[in-house]
Amino acid sequence: MANKMSRVPVKEQDPKKRATNFDEVCLGYTFEEAVLESSRCLVCKKPRCVEGCPVEINIPKFVEKIKERDIEGAAKEIAKNSSLPAVCGRVCPQESQCEGKCVLGIKGEALSIGKLERFVADWSRENKVNLSDREPKNGKRVAVIGSGPAGLACAGDLAKKGYEVTIFEAMHEPGGVLTYGIPEFRLPKEGVVKPEINNIKELGVEIETNAIIGKTIQIDELMNEEGFDAVFIGSGAGLPKFMGIKGENANGVFSANEFLTRINLMKAYLEGYDTPVRLGKKVAVVGGGNVAMDAARTALRLGAETHIVYRRSEAELPARVEEVHHAKEEGIILDILTNPVEILVDENGDVNGMRCVKMQLGEPDSSGRRRPIEIEGSEFVMDVDTVIMSLGTSPNPMITSNTEGLDVNKRKCIEADEVGLTSKEGVYAGGDAVTGAATVISAMGAGKKAAEAIDEYLKQKSLSEC
Amino acid sequence: MSNRIVTKRQLTDSIYLMEIEAPRVAKASNPGQFVIVKNDEKGERVPLTVADYDKERGTVTIVFQTVGCSTKKLAMFEENDFIMDFVGPLGQASEFIHEDIEELKNKNIVFIAGGVGAAPVYPQVKWFKEHGLDVDVIVGARNKELIILEDELKSVAKNLYVGTDDGSYGFNGRVTDILKDLVENQGKKYDHAVVIGPMIMMKFMSMLTKELNIPTTVSLNTIMVDGTGMCGACRVTVGDEVKFACVDGPEFDGHLVNFDEAMRRQAMYKTQEGKLLLKLEDGDTHHHGNCGCGGDK
Repeated sequence: MANKMSRVPVKEQDPKKRATNFDEVCLGYTFEEAVLESSRCLVCKKPRCVEGCPVEINIPKFVEKIKERDIEGAAKEIAKNSSLPAVCGRVCPQESQCEGKCVLGIKGEALSIGKLERFVADWSRENKVNLSDREPKNGKRVAVIGSGPAGLACAGDLAKKGYEVTIFEAMHEPGGVLTYGIPEFRLPKEGVVKPEINNIKELGVEIETNAIIGKTIQIDELMNEEGFDAVFIGSGAGLPKFMGIKGENANGVFSANEFLTRINLMKAYLEGYDTPVRLGKKVAVVGGGNVAMDAARTALRLGAETHIVYRRSEAELPARVEEVHHAKEEGIILDILTNPVEILVDENGDVNGMRCVKMQLGEPDSSGRRRPIEIEGSEFVMDVDTVIMSLGTSPNPMITSNTEGLDVNKRKCIEADEVGLTSKEGVYAGGDAVTGAATVISAMGAGKKAAEAIDEYLKQKSLSEC
Repeated sequence: MSNRIVTKRQLTDSIYLMEIEAPRVAKASNPGQFVIVKNDEKGERVPLTVADYDKERGTVTIVFQTVGCSTKKLAMFEENDFIMDFVGPLGQASEFIHEDIEELKNKNIVFIAGGVGAAPVYPQVKWFKEHGLDVDVIVGARNKELIILEDELKSVAKNLYVGTDDGSYGFNGRVTDILKDLVENQGKKYDHAVVIGPMIMMKFMSMLTKELNIPTTVSLNTIMVDGTGMCGACRVTVGDEVKFACVDGPEFDGHLVNFDEAMRRQAMYKTQEGKLLLKLEDGDTHHHGNCGCGGDK
């Protein structure tokens, strides 16, 4: 019998060992562990966990199926709402979503919903469960721009509803941030991301890579010349921010996007791949979000002494607690209340230090977080030879600046209503392209909502054309 | 789409021309833009300027010099082989295509190409010719062997001035010497110069045109990864601003570019590039023992 108060622990790779490899850190539940954990679920009449899930998976129902040892049934239940369960079970911030609402969490530990979802998805992949049920084709075509979580979710849902869907992806591999951003040790590419994308292809979705909307093809061409009845834009927020401090263009300063793309997409760390990566012995990652943790833990695995440099205190780190915990276990050094003011450069143009100031926390700012204030006279030089800037990203203007009639707000995000409709008829948008950088699951949620809205719109349109 | 190599021509010992079947890229291409090429599964993404395009045939021409591992591997591809990934067109088109043709007619424009830079200059000059505009072209290279596309350029330029550093062909001297000679001794007046070639050549040419008071556009060949503005590997300082060459450029005001910084950044991976090239040429002999660390990779 499971202890009602605490969750069945999940096995992880030993921190010392995993700090030297790119294998997945969390090993996931075994069949028996999953069944045991599922038995803790109280099967609430009004399940608050479902409210916490951006794609509203019927959590008690799939957890019940696990309890009954019907994993195939559990997989089919999840598939009604999510096309990427193996991904979401791994990377969702469950503590602030489904698990954050679980009633077990009031007195003890919340049900381990993410790990259970992951178990079901991994099991159904290994046991080749067919999840490609779809309605008959309805002859309507939808173009989806971007193959990240928003685009994949939207495409998967539309395909299930009978639409002919083509995804246009700018890079040479689909997946967006799942492929170039989140590292192998959190989200295996061959083992998890590719099979999950293949499931979406199994639904009949076509993916055209190396097609940059706004450059290779325009949205108007897709609608007027290529016969698409509607468009969904899920192009994300991939434009990196820099600090604008002196020395930032020195050799050895990278955006986290560049560093992670070289590693995750281009496999620069593997023998036989042509893309190089240049990493020194002492690396500073500036920033405190999940991307900063990913970049730091990647640098560590390449053998560098790695520091996270963050201007607020540990309590304000925007990264998931689990990720910060993992990073510290692996030996990442946290330099909190520290802010870079200049990158020092040697005569060859290489980084040879970073001038920083110490900070203290003042009054809360508009975001509710305490504002960091520079401590006068606290300047010091950090001895580093590589700096990775992980300060957040904003939407790339490539699509919006080349598409007439598509409105953006002052943050360069696409203007869209609650179901994703933009200022252009038949064009919907969702995910980071609309909200700015957020989470995988909220992007998926937006993709789902837009799929419903597109379905509604095209049904209305064919009625009015009768 | 298909990425089939329709034509392959070896222009010099080390420079190749390939015409690639890529209808979508061809249809959308304009002078000044570039593509990214990835040879095979394990290849890197390499930016190459669009050297010509035929919208009806659905082809895009690239011209490249074998300077490292990836371009050497690309040169081994033959006609009817397929390049794995070919994406574009990227970057901003040449500023001229947005200008008023009548106003352009009143301008004296000179295009200046160094070495393999003659290839990206060609579609720009061709665009002028197609719009009934005459421009001068200066082409320079280290020696006669490295002069490319001379006939093609002659067919679209009003005047073509060719020179070599060693005097083995045409004018004896660098492209800067040719321009200086044209302006100071032959009474030429230019209102604008477009300079494409090695970074060091663009730097010195920009210094000269500044002296001669000729507004100058250069096309920067920085290190790139995605080519879509996602990473900032290609960032350059132009005036007081940091720009991404892949989306804001590749063409910039040559008098505002910080060339010294750009050249330092271009050399960032010199050791790794050298190692890969040695490995390609000499096999595995340069591989690091058994430590498995892959050197400083």
